[in-house]
Amino acid sequence: MPTDNTKQTIDYSAMPDERGHFGIYGGRFVSETLMQALDELHDAYEKFSTDKDFQAEFDADLAYYVGRPSPLYHAERLSKETGGAQIFLKREDLNHTGAHKVNNTIGQALLARAMGKNRVIAETGAGQHGVATATVAARFGMECVVYMGAEDIVRQAPNVYRMKLLGADVVPVSSGSKTLKDALNEAMRDWVTNVDNTFYIIGTVAGPHPYPQMVRDFQSVIGREARSQILEMTGRLPDALVACVGGGSNAIGLFHPFLGDESVAMYGVEAAGDGLETGHHAAPLCAGKPGVLHGNRTYLMEDEGGQIIETHSVSAGLDYPGVGPEHSWLKDIGRVSYGAITDTEALQAFHQLTRIEGIIPALESSHAMAYGVKLAAEMSPEQSMIINLSGRGDKDMNTIAKIEGIQL
Amino acid sequence: MSRLQACFARLQAEDRKALIPYIMTGDPHPEVTVPLMHAMVKAGANIIELGAPFSDPMADGPVIQAAAERALEFHITLHDVFKAVTEFRRLDDVTPIVMMGYLNLIEVAGYEAFARLASEAGIDGIITVDMPPEEAHDYISALKGEGLDPVFLIAPTSTDERIAKIGAVASGFVYYVSLKGVTGAANLDVDDVRQKVETIRQHIDIPIGVGFGISDAQTAARVSACSDAVVVGSAIVKRMAAHQQHNPEQTGRVIKDVSELLGSMREAMDANPAEEITITA
Repeated sequence: MPTDNTKQTIDYSAMPDERGHFGIYGGRFVSETLMQALDELHDAYEKFSTDKDFQAEFDADLAYYVGRPSPLYHAERLSKETGGAQIFLKREDLNHTGAHKVNNTIGQALLARAMGKNRVIAETGAGQHGVATATVAARFGMECVVYMGAEDIVRQAPNVYRMKLLGADVVPVSSGSKTLKDALNEAMRDWVTNVDNTFYIIGTVAGPHPYPQMVRDFQSVIGREARSQILEMTGRLPDALVACVGGGSNAIGLFHPFLGDESVAMYGVEAAGDGLETGHHAAPLCAGKPGVLHGNRTYLMEDEGGQIIETHSVSAGLDYPGVGPEHSWLKDIGRVSYGAITDTEALQAFHQLTRIEGIIPALESSHAMAYGVKLAAEMSPEQSMIINLSGRGDKDMNTIAKIEGIQL
Repeated sequence: MSRLQACFARLQAEDRKALIPYIMTGDPHPEVTVPLMHAMVKAGANIIELGAPFSDPMADGPVIQAAAERALEFHITLHDVFKAVTEFRRLDDVTPIVMMGYLNLIEVAGYEAFARLASEAGIDGIITVDMPPEEAHDYISALKGEGLDPVFLIAPTSTDERIAKIGAVASGFVYYVSLKGVTGAANLDVDDVRQKVETIRQHIDIPIGVGFGISDAQTAARVSACSDAVVVGSAIVKRMAAHQQHNPEQTGRVIKDVSELLGSMREAMDANPAEEITITA
């Protein structure tokens, strides 16, 4: 093991390599039909990501359409009750459409328009990415098709209705486990078939290169803002960052601009479902192993023969058997620690934040809250922590009421 | 000479084209697979493409995905695929077998261990749908080290540059996926296929098989007139779906259905419809 003074400095901004690898992870594992489309996307992204006009339009949309910068909120009552570190919440829940997802869909929709594609497709789990895609499609006047697992359609009925109101065609996916991974398979199939006029807006930092890099870049606005906000508010860098990890886009968005700051510890929080020991969870980084799915090599939930196994989480947005390849790499090199929070712990955190701070978090973000509060309790009041409040809980009212036996 | 090379050489000498049926191992019942393989050879198949079921078959349409789900109900693993081929080889040491599947199964097994077991079982070529040549360096060395042919796909969207790149690493044959879309899609335009095959020939000197969208004898014949091999997948697997009750007594009926389809394709391909061949000089 290298000691501190022999440790090599890693240039995190240089990752991934030209072909999309983060160490052994990432890459591009898709059928031949998509290779050319991915090359085109890669070239277009290279061109526009350094184009001043494109960036200016992206920044303006983030400011005036999404409502950025999102506040960094010092949760004083929660910090006091926890009795440890000062807890700051990055309020992505206050974005237009209610979650961090829209940062990325605006970026990709602008890219689709620049590439002359007038049809966008997306997969969605909790429905947040689907809503964010349908929203930008409405605004840009694009045709929009969203693939969603049949089971998730039931769990997230309000979001399904929102997407339909926005003009999207929501296609239920009844194959496999009827959740996010199956929706992703179906979206890929649509893309293979309609590759000429269609742009596939992937909602997380997974998939074939250049998606993990591109989505990370679009979401990194979270961490850039948080970094300057905390410096302004406390005069120093935070001691810890905490974010939930399904595919991992809100976490990478928060973490990435801090990766070079060695004093900042980072914690990604997966869904432990009924508990890691039960096997009913969605925690590939904590309890899976590397494999290849959905176009990239990454940690997966799989059986000994390589079949992808069904995941479980109370939160549809975390109910995914893979994870972004950059997270797999950050885990292996030890830069980020990954833990997991059970359904029960997440629900407790949901109520705690709602009652103490008057903020109703999404079930996904409640995983980060639960982990962050536990961690903060072991820290001192002079220390600070940023938890990414990636989305708001309005969409989860039905789920929570049902769990608690309440008829709405 | 590998079984694939020998097969294509023999067919070329007879001025015939290869008929390659695809079935999923264990579909509709594990006991059907080996007898069906023999029956398909008897009905005129020259090479067999044997699917290994994967839980998330992204490049396949609903028909093949359903086949994978049926096979996975019997927990079919790579080991079962090897077992079926070993058993098939007891009676047939000539017909090449190409395994088709997704990379994760091979990743989990380990490239070298996989290649050794596949070769020992008597498999000749491997198609891994989600393994493009760019990522395939170690995979190709492992396969070639055991005398297995890495068969790669070429798509309508493949540029000349990509076709050349694939040609540089592929062996056995290349598989032209004649439609944008997933397996089982409809509306094959044979003229488009003919043009693309001509383009591929400029870069690749091994045999070219064509698949996706070939469901009847006439299309098989027309496609075979402009290629070296015709791959038939969903049209066969659909016939399995009609017998999906887990009842080994149905074996006879499944075999009869599939044999009839392949027989009609074989006949039409061998009739050599000269009027259809308006290929460029």
